[in-house]
Amino acid sequence: MTLLDVDCVTKRFGGLTAVSRFSLSVAPGEMVGLIGPNGAGKTTVFHLLSGFHTPTEGDIRFKGVSVVGVKPHAICRRGLARTFQIVQPFMNLSVLDNVMIGAFNRAAEVAAARRRAVDVLDFVGLGARRDVPARELTLPDRKRLEMARALATQPEMLLLDEVMSGLNPTEIDEIIRLIRQIHAQGVSLLIIEHVMRAIMALSQRIVVLHHGEQIAEGRPQVVARDPKVIEAYLGDET
Amino acid sequence: MSLLELSGVDVAYGDLPALRGVDLMIEAGETVSVVGANGAGKTTMLRTISGLLRPRRGQVRFDGERIDRLACHRVVERGVVHVPEGRKVFPSLAVRENLELGSYPRAAKARRADSLERVFTLFPRLRERMSQAAGTLSGGEQQMLVIGRALMTLPRLLMLDEPSLGLAPLIVKEIFHIIAEINRDGTTVLLVEQNTRQALALSRRGYVLENGRVALSGSGQELLGNEHVRRAYLGL
Repeated sequence: MTLLDVDCVTKRFGGLTAVSRFSLSVAPGEMVGLIGPNGAGKTTVFHLLSGFHTPTEGDIRFKGVSVVGVKPHAICRRGLARTFQIVQPFMNLSVLDNVMIGAFNRAAEVAAARRRAVDVLDFVGLGARRDVPARELTLPDRKRLEMARALATQPEMLLLDEVMSGLNPTEIDEIIRLIRQIHAQGVSLLIIEHVMRAIMALSQRIVVLHHGEQIAEGRPQVVARDPKVIEAYLGDET
Repeated sequence: MSLLELSGVDVAYGDLPALRGVDLMIEAGETVSVVGANGAGKTTMLRTISGLLRPRRGQVRFDGERIDRLACHRVVERGVVHVPEGRKVFPSLAVRENLELGSYPRAAKARRADSLERVFTLFPRLRERMSQAAGTLSGGEQQMLVIGRALMTLPRLLMLDEPSLGLAPLIVKEIFHIIAEINRDGTTVLLVEQNTRQALALSRRGYVLENGRVALSGSGQELLGNEHVRRAYLGL
């Protein structure tokens, strides 16, 4: 059975069609990349999957059940979590408290939420920073915190929206390692990223959006050689 | 004489030092890039040059004159123009209005029509979208707009903070190509980038900042070949 099923989804904002007849299936344990030019509709797809937007047409099913019209927090509780491109932690709260807020998605008690948050912070490598206010974190650490908050909700599937933007190649390598560890724990991933080195290394399959429509899909090496993708997104090597 | 010269610059946020004894020089006509990890002090350096931050110690000289005690708008009038990270357009104003706001200093205003034509030649897509609200542009187009707006100010030194941030590969290539073209037209460029490889490849010289200090400097090619740079910043 597929984990996520996007079935011919269209999203219009007034006269603008942001996503057009988009379909996608993700199997349990899969790691899929979603790429495309700025303005192609990638983040809109994430908004649709996580309940921030409702599709104009089409259906989205997670574990076989439609999530159309379901509130974001309820979708999160079903096991589908996301990160945001522009990270917005609670700046004045400690790193630990930020992550505990995510943990309360499932934990009923403070002690349980704290235990979960401590574990997640150790996992993402922020254990030593857990008592500092979020505003004191550097950008790479804020990206880790963003992922920790989502992981604390105990997702079966995680949507990552440009967690590498603004990082240098060495910092990117560290995030790639972290994403592999998340995947190794059995979490399925859908990843939006412009850093091609990362998306090529991580994805088992890549889907390419352009003007809200899917223009290519397949294994990374095949997609990267697709003339339509080169023209719309990658540019030639010169 | 250098166009821009930082000597022994210390900057701190409260008790937290951000730049420590930074020396940096840019000759007129060069493209120089500054690379380094997040938190190394790159943006702080640009903010200090443009007068948004005051050095605790040291000097910033532009064209021989001290500018580290001038108000920001006075620094801009002298030709030092800073494009901050994150594409800060006025979303509800038209593309053309955003551009016109760049020509605010008196000397720039006098040449507004010529500058506008130059920007539209450099960025044909902005001409097509001249009357559109800037907030409706794609990320790449917004980045073109803020670079265009800076050019309207008639910079002698154009400082760009992460112009490739969050942009698709094709647009990144286009932006780097345009930066090279702006430099060929005679504008000196100071580029801060995480996209270390492309930035150094484009630059005559580069500086590596680590923990607020200049750890290395050299020609773009030298730095690209440097073992430490390759390991720490290029992920090789």
